[in-house]
Amino acid sequence: MTAPGRLNRAIDWFDQRLPLISLMKHSAIEYPTPKNLNYWWNFGSLAGFMLVVMIVTGLFLAMQYTPNVNMAFDSVERIMRDVNYGWLIRYLHMNGASMFFVVVYIHVFRGLYYGSYKPPRELLWWIGLVILLLMMATAFMGYVLPWGQMSLWGATVITNLFSAIPVVGEHIVTLLWGGFSVDNPTLNRFFVLHFLLPFAIFGVVILHVWALHTVKSNNPLGIDVKGPQDVIPFHPYYTVKDLFGVGVFLIVYCVFVFWYPNYLGHPDNYIPANPMVTPPHIVPEWYFLPFYAILRAVPDKLMGVIAMFAAILVLFALPWLDTSKVRSGTFRPKFKIAFWLFVVDCFVLGYVGSQPAEGIWIVVGRIASVYYFLHLLVFLPLLSKFEKTKPLPESIGKPILDPAPGGGAAAGAKALVVLFAVFAFAAATPALAAEGTTLRKQSWSWQGMFGTYDEAQLRRGYQVYREICSACHAMKLIHFRNVQAFGFSEDAVKELAASYTVTDGPDDNGDMFDRPALPSDRFPSPFPNENAAKAANGGALPPDLSLLTKAREGGADYVFSILTGFATQPPDVELPPGKFYNTAFAGHAISMPPQITDGAVEFADGTPNNADQIARDVSAFLQWAAEPELEERHAMGVKTVLFLFAATALMYALKRRIWAAVH
Amino acid sequence: MSDNAMNETPKTRRDFLFAAASAVGVAGAAVAVWPFVDSLNPAADTRALSTIEVDLSPIAAGQAITVKWRGKPVFIRHRTGQEIEAAREVKVDDLRDPQPDAERVQKPEWLIMVGVCTHLGCVPLGQKAGDPHGDFGGWFCPCHGSHYDTSGRVRKGPAPKNLAVPQYTFLSDTQIRIG
Repeated sequence: MTAPGRLNRAIDWFDQRLPLISLMKHSAIEYPTPKNLNYWWNFGSLAGFMLVVMIVTGLFLAMQYTPNVNMAFDSVERIMRDVNYGWLIRYLHMNGASMFFVVVYIHVFRGLYYGSYKPPRELLWWIGLVILLLMMATAFMGYVLPWGQMSLWGATVITNLFSAIPVVGEHIVTLLWGGFSVDNPTLNRFFVLHFLLPFAIFGVVILHVWALHTVKSNNPLGIDVKGPQDVIPFHPYYTVKDLFGVGVFLIVYCVFVFWYPNYLGHPDNYIPANPMVTPPHIVPEWYFLPFYAILRAVPDKLMGVIAMFAAILVLFALPWLDTSKVRSGTFRPKFKIAFWLFVVDCFVLGYVGSQPAEGIWIVVGRIASVYYFLHLLVFLPLLSKFEKTKPLPESIGKPILDPAPGGGAAAGAKALVVLFAVFAFAAATPALAAEGTTLRKQSWSWQGMFGTYDEAQLRRGYQVYREICSACHAMKLIHFRNVQAFGFSEDAVKELAASYTVTDGPDDNGDMFDRPALPSDRFPSPFPNENAAKAANGGALPPDLSLLTKAREGGADYVFSILTGFATQPPDVELPPGKFYNTAFAGHAISMPPQITDGAVEFADGTPNNADQIARDVSAFLQWAAEPELEERHAMGVKTVLFLFAATALMYALKRRIWAAVH
Repeated sequence: MSDNAMNETPKTRRDFLFAAASAVGVAGAAVAVWPFVDSLNPAADTRALSTIEVDLSPIAAGQAITVKWRGKPVFIRHRTGQEIEAAREVKVDDLRDPQPDAERVQKPEWLIMVGVCTHLGCVPLGQKAGDPHGDFGGWFCPCHGSHYDTSGRVRKGPAPKNLAVPQYTFLSDTQIRIG
């Protein structure tokens, strides 16, 4: 018994000089929490968890990333391809941003429903909104860092918002850019700010929690805590409940990371930034869509920007807009309806934001935008004046016998439904396939939870690339050493590499010289530079194929459809000279001549060499080139999710056991 | 139900559940740390550059060249007969890091070593004409005064070990691959 005694004395000694331990004990263990919190209250701790995940993954990414316009894109691809588990860390970070916003938006809506902005929690609410604004700035600047097409054009469009400010607008934009366009200085400062702001958020989160622990948690009934019978200590009741929530959340998060890592992103961001070409559809990440819709709903530049910023800033005024003495929506029948209509309105705005600004969407966007402000500025004040609220329960302790609506497991289920609704909604957003094109969907070996590549198919596809595609298309991100992935031995790779010549140097005399390629060399490009490639191809640049299936909507199906989509043009279509008719290509006029024909390649393994087979094999090869980590990702995903199911079930059992005394 | 009946079974169940959940949670967290730690190890592109080939034919006897391998200088010295003789005459037992010259070379005239002082990592002098060679005719580290002999063995100063000999193979009489 001496050891614990000594330990306690050491703890006391420390605590008397710096009360860190009693602070922790006070705020994370003893903190008296209303005993009736439902699962909607899990999202605060989930947001804190996500902030830590984002900071940790971000730190490790920053150690590998290069903030320079000439190197940023490739440095991200190096993280994806060469850094050990780099793909995992990047996908955790990339999808983590979306998960963070899902969690925080639910947290905000929870506050809206249960009146968590009302006295005495106004300051707590405002600090939360500051966190939201900081998060938005951080997310935006983070999206710029990979320096793809969406990065560059997103940065251009968003920074140009400031040009709407009268007189000084243009100067502010130049100041933000550090130049006359979004360029290297912009990337550098955005990297620095993207690194800095999360720590600022962390600081503000501490204030948020401090304010929370001063005024104490709200609860689903929205009534004040009357005495000790209404509260339970945070630990173990809410620590175990939050951990269970983290488990459920991690499963959802991991499904994205391991199986749909690019589902919430845009293919265009896998095309390196090009200041001369804007992508046809500029759409922000899903979490900005409602605000984007409000921006576009106003047909005036300055007013649009003001409306967009006002959409968030107006939330600061909620304590004055909603003056009803009753906090919880549970006891406000009319408010409840208005609240859910407002939620629907936000979803509508999000959907409108994802659609091109034309036709019906302009009208819908305007109505939804007006409704957004109408709800906050008109309905809420009127409701708080005229609504007849239901009688409030006397205390938190009492109505436990008569479970309040939306309590316990039902609320958890609801939370999940909303989560999936959010995702389903987000899913609808990138569905902007070019009109009038045909996509021939194929069944691929890598699809599904356990999907893997077919090595023989990759070898055949590589042969097709070498014999046909490589005449015009480079694959700069692929090294000879990478082909070991589909069955080339180390010696075979050396032999393969040595059959190519690369230029190296300068040697001791300062001269460049040719040497046989090594496994560590990249696939040589067919042209010395982009201009040469354009000149040799009638002015059209054959795109680099390393990331093609990730950079095109439809992926491998799209590549396959293009390769097999050549047809004789319909009589009513006029093709420009040097173009070919293709049913899968947007606009149908493609510069690439048809290349894949029956018998174009002779396969050594006896696979039939009809055009479809050749196209399918090379599409599979390109899929591998774009996602070489896929097999490792799927395998790790299966293990991780199985583990999470077990751990979460265990946590749930423990939670039930601990809570048995309270229920 | 008596108080005992209510308390005892749940308590043991809870203790077991608590232990199991904690163990699983801690194990999960520990495993999750590994990808982050491993991401700091050399990446695949770095590992792929770990061999180089060097042509020895332009190096005359008595001359030395320095090549870069894994980001570090590698000393390649074409030793003269005298230097080889001097290296062989040393009594091995008297050395701080006892190693006969024959163990440090594949062909006596070619001494190939990583040019990094084993004390704290500076690059010793002695490669260029006019460099100091230390008291033993080999290399001298200017940072903290370690002396190496014509076989690259430490003879004086704070360095604990001889200059390291990398793995290399002779592809031909005048071509080696390091790594």
